Amino acid sequence: MDFNHTEERRMLADSLRRTLERGASWSDLAELGVLGALFTEDEGGFGGDGYDIAVVFEELGRAGCTLPVLEAGLAGGLLADCGKSDLVEQVIGGELRVALAHAEPGLRYDIGPITTTANSGTISGRKSVVSAVDEADLLIVSAMDNGTLSLFSVDPKGAGVTLHTTPSLDGGTVSEVTLDAAPATALGGEISMLEARLATATLAVCADAVGAIETVKEMTLDYLRTRTQFGVPIGKFQALQHRMADVAIEIEMARSAVINLAGHVKATPIERDRQVSAAKNLVGRTAHLVAEESIQMHGGIAMTEEYALAPLARRLVAVDHRFGDEDWHLERFIRLSA
Amino acid sequence: MDLNYTADELAFRADVRAFMKAKLPTDIAAKGASGEALNKADMDLWHARLNEQGYLAGAWPKSFGGAEWSAVQKHIFEEETAFAHAPRIVPFGVGMLAPVLQAFGSKEQQDYYLPRILSGEDWWCQGYSEPGAGSDLASLKTKAVRDGDHYIVNGQKTWTTLGQFANKIFCLVRTSSEGRQQQGISFLLIDMDTPGIEVRPIILIDGVHEVNEVWFTDVRVPVENLVGKENMGWTYAKYLLTHERTGIAGVGFANAGLASLKRVAKTEMHHGRPLIEDPHFAARLARIEIDLMAMATTNMRVVAGADAGAAPGAESSMLKVKGSIIRQQINDLARRAVGPWAIPFVSEDLDSNIYHPGPDYSAKASNTYLNNRKISIYGGSNEVQRGIITKAILGL
Repeated sequence: MDFNHTEERRMLADSLRRTLERGASWSDLAELGVLGALFTEDEGGFGGDGYDIAVVFEELGRAGCTLPVLEAGLAGGLLADCGKSDLVEQVIGGELRVALAHAEPGLRYDIGPITTTANSGTISGRKSVVSAVDEADLLIVSAMDNGTLSLFSVDPKGAGVTLHTTPSLDGGTVSEVTLDAAPATALGGEISMLEARLATATLAVCADAVGAIETVKEMTLDYLRTRTQFGVPIGKFQALQHRMADVAIEIEMARSAVINLAGHVKATPIERDRQVSAAKNLVGRTAHLVAEESIQMHGGIAMTEEYALAPLARRLVAVDHRFGDEDWHLERFIRLSA
Repeated sequence: MDLNYTADELAFRADVRAFMKAKLPTDIAAKGASGEALNKADMDLWHARLNEQGYLAGAWPKSFGGAEWSAVQKHIFEEETAFAHAPRIVPFGVGMLAPVLQAFGSKEQQDYYLPRILSGEDWWCQGYSEPGAGSDLASLKTKAVRDGDHYIVNGQKTWTTLGQFANKIFCLVRTSSEGRQQQGISFLLIDMDTPGIEVRPIILIDGVHEVNEVWFTDVRVPVENLVGKENMGWTYAKYLLTHERTGIAGVGFANAGLASLKRVAKTEMHHGRPLIEDPHFAARLARIEIDLMAMATTNMRVVAGADAGAAPGAESSMLKVKGSIIRQQINDLARRAVGPWAIPFVSEDLDSNIYHPGPDYSAKASNTYLNNRKISIYGGSNEVQRGIITKAILGL
């Protein structure tokens, strides 16, 4: 048993942290190897292990980064599954931005059944709450083709595609995507690939959450040490101390949950998804607990948009809504444990 | 990062498991599984079998005849103990006094007491808490006054676990009232047969005689029974508190408790279906299991850190708080699981001839639930632990 990251991962994390502190661009991330770390050597990258994903996304979360790295891994990963190594190479190089349009209205967090349909080289249907489409060069779309789920690539700026884009809770954008006989290229693919990539993407969300949580914890501790009321720093009050101690314990639990999940993303599908649901249930709970507690312990200042906590608190609340909330995962955990 | 045990650790686990299978009497395992209290003969027998195998001193340094187990090995042993429903090692002599004697005792004390701990000749109990000194232990008042070659001890200790079986007690006593409270405390070894000692039982909320009051009236203790230096006892007591910490999360107990709970929930029926299929019950159970999965890894992170040389200081406070809460939640759910069978309240120490009318697995559900309310109180209450976390980890 070993709970230390390899030297390579630590170095990647350190340089990513420094780069993000300076304000990183998409090409900075590509140059640094962050996008390559999402893919295995077979896929043309130099990582792709659960712990590679965990290390990268913890740093992105810590910095509050809103660049669509998760989408690159998720949609790019599906391209790799479909054997599109030329496109994957462009994703890793930062030249091609991709996003996955899978979820549909009414599905909540379920993976299916979807109703978007492929028909002689075109796709029609509606995809809902799709992340980072407005910045994407290529959209990977799931659709039913003769009764089977298959994957297609669509030009998001092309004919038959209408986007309604809004800012999202976690600082990026989401779009409602309407596809009306949009020209599409068949990629092949099947639902098991989608499930496996969504498992890894859920790990990414969990690790991102732990990173953001660490930043929020430091901000809150700093505030408890410096904000004075009744003539003393408010961190001297036992009511706040014990609240913070409990939060600190839950944070360690969330960190352990991410470690557990990272060690199981390549497990058999049932064991993998059982671990995904265990981790996402726990991290989802912890993320909104930390958001709520940090706002409460700060007091009024944390209610303002001006204070730096606001985007991080929103990001943590959003965690529970991506790829299944705590109830959805609890239910799936029960089903998979039976 | 690697969540797997090494080949050596797996081999050690296999050895311990084989030992449990071969040497643990079925009646003792059955008591462990049902939550029934063990008697002294049970505990003595298990103590002797562990000693024969060399497991009793597993955690001791090799220089004192131990096996110098790593923190991971200790953890594996505790897990297998719980898994087999074996009695845990009674900690007072083996796990608490021995490390203090090994670190601070005289050669004579080590040579005399350590073998007697292993042989079972001495049964030690702990004299720390007093009626007026609980969380504020350093305010203890039991006094030891030097009189020639003896200390004269007067005062009262309480919550003395299994003191009714003990022939020896290690005590924190006040030898000075000058300076800070902590500076006037000494660590004394006292023979329970000494005139002036009286042990009175305290029956706990689950009806069991587990703890005692120990009264000292002009008890004469030879000065050679002082451990280390006079007025340095607080340092030794604190050393003891940071020493045996791998088991503090109780992950082994929690895993065993959760497995038992699942078996019960598959047997008990609700609306004509196994209780475990009831969505409300299943949700409570799943949430605890998810917490426990994360707890096990949190525990191993601290354990692995300890093997790498990092002293598990304040981190063990985190393990204690969350570990005790999880175990209490399991006990709470186990009590709910048996439904109305939780109501008949039978305890051998109160009425030895009355039998619980429900299924065997239901007989102790309430008793165990009640008894384990102690684990968030003893060894520094969870509120004291949060105070330690606040200062040592959060720096508030």
